[in-house]
Amino acid sequence: MKQVGRVLSDAPTIVVLLCLVCPGIAFGQTKHPLRVCSDPENMPFSNQKLEGFENRIASLIAKELGTTVSYIWWGQRRGFIRNTMNATLQEGRCDVVIGVPQGYDLVSTTPPYYRSTYVFVYPKGKGLTLKSLDDPVLKKLKIGVHLLGDDYTNPPPVHELSKRGVVDNVVGFSTFYSDENPPSTIIDAVASGTINLAIVWGPIAGYYAARQRVPLELVPVPSAQGDLPFAFNISIGIKKGDEALKARVETVRRQRSAEITAILKEYGVPLMDEGRTRAK
Amino acid sequence: MPNKNQSATRYSAVSEINTDNVKNLKVAWSFSTGVLRGHEGEPLVVSNTMYVHTPFPNIVYALDLTKEGAPVKWKYVPKQDSAVIPIACCDTVNRGVTYANGKIFFNQLDTNTVALDAETGKELWKVKQGDYKQGQTVTSAPMVIKDKVISGISGGEFGVRGFVTANDINTGKQIWRMYSTGPEAEVGFPGSVETWKGEEWKRGGGTTWGWYSYDPELDLFYYGTGNPGSWNPDQRPGDNKYSMTIFARNPDTGKAAWAYQKTPHDAWDYDGINENVLVDVNVNGQMRKVLVNFDRNGFSYMLDRKTGELLQANPFVHVNWAKGVDLKTGKPIEDPEKRTSATKNTKDICPSAMGGKNQQPVSYSPRTGFFYVPTNNLCMDYEGVEVKYQAGQPYVGAIVVSKPGPGGNRGEFIAWDPSAGKKVWGIKEPLSAWGGALATAGDVVFYGTMEGWLKAVHAKTGDVLWKFKTPSGIIGNPMTYVGPDGKQYIAVLSGVGGWSGIGVAADMSLEDPTAGLGAIGAFKDLANFSNQGGVLTVFSLP
Repeated sequence: MKQVGRVLSDAPTIVVLLCLVCPGIAFGQTKHPLRVCSDPENMPFSNQKLEGFENRIASLIAKELGTTVSYIWWGQRRGFIRNTMNATLQEGRCDVVIGVPQGYDLVSTTPPYYRSTYVFVYPKGKGLTLKSLDDPVLKKLKIGVHLLGDDYTNPPPVHELSKRGVVDNVVGFSTFYSDENPPSTIIDAVASGTINLAIVWGPIAGYYAARQRVPLELVPVPSAQGDLPFAFNISIGIKKGDEALKARVETVRRQRSAEITAILKEYGVPLMDEGRTRAK
Repeated sequence: MPNKNQSATRYSAVSEINTDNVKNLKVAWSFSTGVLRGHEGEPLVVSNTMYVHTPFPNIVYALDLTKEGAPVKWKYVPKQDSAVIPIACCDTVNRGVTYANGKIFFNQLDTNTVALDAETGKELWKVKQGDYKQGQTVTSAPMVIKDKVISGISGGEFGVRGFVTANDINTGKQIWRMYSTGPEAEVGFPGSVETWKGEEWKRGGGTTWGWYSYDPELDLFYYGTGNPGSWNPDQRPGDNKYSMTIFARNPDTGKAAWAYQKTPHDAWDYDGINENVLVDVNVNGQMRKVLVNFDRNGFSYMLDRKTGELLQANPFVHVNWAKGVDLKTGKPIEDPEKRTSATKNTKDICPSAMGGKNQQPVSYSPRTGFFYVPTNNLCMDYEGVEVKYQAGQPYVGAIVVSKPGPGGNRGEFIAWDPSAGKKVWGIKEPLSAWGGALATAGDVVFYGTMEGWLKAVHAKTGDVLWKFKTPSGIIGNPMTYVGPDGKQYIAVLSGVGGWSGIGVAADMSLEDPTAGLGAIGAFKDLANFSNQGGVLTVFSLP
């Protein structure tokens, strides 16, 4: 067992060395398209009509690299990386995933290009103000959250709500999107009053809150001592072992960071400074 | 039907191949299914035709056994959207077809139940049971009882509320549907709603992807329900009925006669869908009509199949999450140290989430009175939380690492004496025994291994009498039939995959031990033994 593990972990190094001596096939020089794995129906991140901010960022990166984007569409479910970046068949593979948490270890991640947070979403000016998960009013409100899996796989604020005994009044929203259940459902429910508030990942909240007729308040959920983090750095994910591509993408990210940030702002993504807990 | 009979004993009364001559067994012919992913289940032989199914895209072949080399009589290729593949949790498996009244019935991954003309392969009807866009899939084989075909549903990980459905075998019309969780009118049994907080039973899980069995005398059919859905255990206080439950239902009305929950308030993913085998055995000097279930949680349960009374619950593998089961209350006596939590690391829980036994069905020989049980010897660690990513958002999940149990072997094929409630003999396997068992009147028991060996063992002693290395790992079930020439044949599908083999089937990164829900940690070296590829191999005596 031990020996097998060692041989496997050496494999990426060997690949890199081989590619150093064969630069003719390295990425970009033969103008391969930038192969991006993306969810076909997951606004505001991406969709097949290329309306999401990740689609825009993918185009920006490809343009800077002097190539175009070719998409591999796959739902961002369990097995997303396994079935795309690490797919059995070469035709199914991609090189890049535009948004993953920094340090996500199924891929190699660039330094982050934004930091966002889970936020409270509730109607503005209706008497509700929330600053923390410890507010006793949370036990009395109907709270919407996204469902992401079963045992211990939930958005971090949901874990912390259950630690505080806020359980009975929490309502789950599916992330299986279709015409009957568009990604906006959870924010629509706040606007219509079906639920009193939602706790939602920033980019989703920001985009859909801006599209409601009712003004909505977005407040970052602060993480108390002993809580899980609620704010995350988001990076570009590159196929493990492709250091050459990673370096080129990272250069674009660094040089075009102002344009990338402008795209994120256009989509209403709540942005935070590194290490800060308040949204700008 | 798969599992040979309605009692699901997987015992064949054919005895041409016996303990003396099995050593001469040779390949008679073989057939590639043309599909790479994991091949569970088994082929079916009905009047000189063999029906072979595949994982997604769920092709069905009819092979003509009257002709040399068994040529293809017809082939049915369903049209399914490939978007269904990411929804299947644990490889795109299918567990086979069933036959009744000149028709072949099977379930597609996209939840369609299909009836084909057994002679021509013509599609007679097709009924959609759920919506894969909402996380629902089907991997199990249906069962025909009288004029109804009974089907289940998969997708417990996504909060799918489990149900069973009866459709008319001639028209496909739905006769009834009963849920695992919810109000009495929808479950066909009282007592579910009060074991959930609020309306969480609506996402209650309790999916129904295992095997079914039926007692015509009592007119009851039996099946198990899976883990409770969606929320972590802290968020679904209560017993979460009727997840992790054995149901006995009337096939005409769907109403339940009784329900027994094996693992209340599950915190380990001991998905309780394993098959219930119906046998008559001596219990304390008295012959009883019982049901025997080897559960994922490591206990072998014996219940009176008329009343649901719990008669016995003994561990059949190394178990430490519970010290035993209280036969009066039916509840496990838990070790609180082994109950998982989002906030603490829980080490060395046995068995692992993959179970003391998974989907691979057991066999029972009335000649020896023993059960033959392919088991897993796996334990697991639940290590706090790590950042993951789904539907565009970072979230946290437990790191579940499966690892070999005591002794280091990952599986064992055992003979189990139900009267005594203990193991008689065992054959240690380096990998899990993930394929089903077949017992025959020749006192030979067959099973496959994940390396690809098909083994024939002596039913009484466990001595290995013969083995053959098939082209890929076996997670399917051996079966036997008498051919048109009057000879006995043994057939098995190889094609590694499923949950344990998902690292090979889906070519996952082997560097991540938590990938595939912890399956990679336990089966890192599988690729050294076996590669993908669906092949049917058929054996006979020369």
